[in-house]
Amino acid sequence: MKKNASRALTLVQRLALAPYSVWAVLFIVVPLFFVAYYAFTDQQFRFTTENLARFFTATSQITDEAGTREVHTYLLIFWRSLKLAVISTVICLVMGYPFAYMISRASARTQSVLITLIMIPMWMNFLIRTYAWMTILQDTGILNGFLGLLGLGKLHIIGTESAVVIGMVYDYFPYMILPIYSVMAKMDVKLLEAARDLGCSPAGVLRRVVWPLSLPGVISGVTMVLIPSISTFYISQKLGNGKFYLIGDAIESQYAANNLHFAAAIAFILMIILLAGMAVMQRHANRRAVA
Amino acid sequence: MKKIVELKNVSKSFDGELVLDHISLDIYDNEFLTLLGPSGCGKTTTLRIIAGFEQADEGEVIFLGEEISAVPPHKRNVNTVFQRYALFPHLNVFENVAFPLREKKVPKAEIEQRVNEMLALVALKGFEKRSVTSLSGGQQQRVAIARALVGKPRVLLLDEPLAALDLKLRKDMQQELKNIQKATGITFIFVTHDQEEALSMSDTVVVMSEGRIQQIGTPIDIYNEPKNAFVADFIGESNILDGVMLRDRRVSFSGHVFDCVDAGFELKEPVDVVVRPEDVDIVPEDKGMLKGVVTSVTFLGVHYEIIVDIDGFKWMIQTTDFVDVDERIGLFIEPEAIHIMKKSEYSGMFGDYSSFSMELDEIGELEQIEELGELTEPDEAESEKSE
Repeated sequence: MKKNASRALTLVQRLALAPYSVWAVLFIVVPLFFVAYYAFTDQQFRFTTENLARFFTATSQITDEAGTREVHTYLLIFWRSLKLAVISTVICLVMGYPFAYMISRASARTQSVLITLIMIPMWMNFLIRTYAWMTILQDTGILNGFLGLLGLGKLHIIGTESAVVIGMVYDYFPYMILPIYSVMAKMDVKLLEAARDLGCSPAGVLRRVVWPLSLPGVISGVTMVLIPSISTFYISQKLGNGKFYLIGDAIESQYAANNLHFAAAIAFILMIILLAGMAVMQRHANRRAVA
Repeated sequence: MKKIVELKNVSKSFDGELVLDHISLDIYDNEFLTLLGPSGCGKTTTLRIIAGFEQADEGEVIFLGEEISAVPPHKRNVNTVFQRYALFPHLNVFENVAFPLREKKVPKAEIEQRVNEMLALVALKGFEKRSVTSLSGGQQQRVAIARALVGKPRVLLLDEPLAALDLKLRKDMQQELKNIQKATGITFIFVTHDQEEALSMSDTVVVMSEGRIQQIGTPIDIYNEPKNAFVADFIGESNILDGVMLRDRRVSFSGHVFDCVDAGFELKEPVDVVVRPEDVDIVPEDKGMLKGVVTSVTFLGVHYEIIVDIDGFKWMIQTTDFVDVDERIGLFIEPEAIHIMKKSEYSGMFGDYSSFSMELDEIGELEQIEELGELTEPDEAESEKSE
């Protein structure tokens, strides 16, 4: 009976799955199809690869302290997005990993208090959180007011890459902590004792047992921070004063300019690159897990 | 013989509850020592203090003459086989066993050789590349033993390592552990709540209850010369009766005066008398020293287990002779079969089979001492009798 159930779904199980299946087709599969369809067609819906090619070939001139140069517009934007997203992800990981470990080793009560504290900001609207950071980081904002009180000089943060990174780290930090914490909380304490017993110093336990066993959590944490931060446009507009045009901004502005086909092409390319990156990461992790 | 581990007056509390109450214990080189007792008796805590996972609140832990309370677990020359094995799921069989050697930066060729030696010792050759999660319980157990032995510890600690195995496998592993201990000459400290396991494997058995050591001795001593009612009851089956020592080698209980072999008690000293069920002979009623009625008979293959009511006290007797329920029989007890113990805090708690039944006994083994205590509560015994 049990074996049967695991192989073929019962009618009840099918019915239970139906709402999500409909949802997934309507709002995931169909839109993905349209993204691809728009990416590969022109305004008259004729097949073309021009939109994709434009991403790689479009150039523009920029002028800065170093002088005027010709650059590949979208490659530069992509590179900038990737850089800021990677920096934010690394900061989240470096801050989040030890914190997740400490939470997972605390008493059950402390654990739930700390996890709640981490989640509380997520209950606030994303836009409001970002606005809050604007008021903190502005030249005449809370941070500088505070520094002024201490008699320290002012910091110019708003409109810099640092401000964008701060915003990304703040917004996505819980997505790094939670998956790592949930893997660590399930880890058998006896494994840590066994490692101590077999000659590992506390640092050795971390390196040889905790880290490899927590890799699945790290990978989902990295994925959940990297992907939204690479495609964000709101944070860069508000905290970067629009000076750091990111790939998300590019998609948004093409969309706003009613250039749907090119917007779809950028989204499509971004998706392919992210999928490829995730696949490589996953395979690397699997190989480590087996070795 | 050389002392390898010494515990001196070790006490430990968790959340204000005393788990170890001034334990003193000497463990000798090359010995197979078992800590035996019901759960909550402090045996695992004792083991964890030796391993370094817990710190004693009071007292000294001495390893080869040196006080080691401040030495962290990874610097102690002691390894542990954990109850649920605690194998590293991200490493294969070979790497699990090689784990402590890699930590010590042993050269590659030597690692290869020593791991292979260990896998041969535990009969797991050819399993090197297997994932530990794909192994059976018995195989995981062997990996855990190999991993704990590969670093050549002076002492191996085993925390109920066989508890998760089925009966047949458990018997095989008992034999195998004993062989490994002899082959390696490493001191084994083995924790169990299974008295049969303790008797069959150990050189020395330490019986513990409520955070205190009740008795230390060879399996034969512990069985034949239990020190108090707790030990007599926990190790094997025992009829434990209230008696009075009349003089050396003369004791009175159940309204009869018996010859015995114990001496050194005071005149008229109240004592606990132990008679093992297999040491009682059944004779015709008129020839018996004690007389009673059979109230139940259970066939157990090798022998019958019968309960006999003698003036309200129910004895358990194991016999190969068939008797029927309600039959009146006599009991004959040889002087050697009578063991006299001093009165203790456990007197009167054990050794009466008034409310005995096989199921309750099974539960009792799992649920431990609280259950055993309830079995002999007077009101329960009353209700049993009136039925």
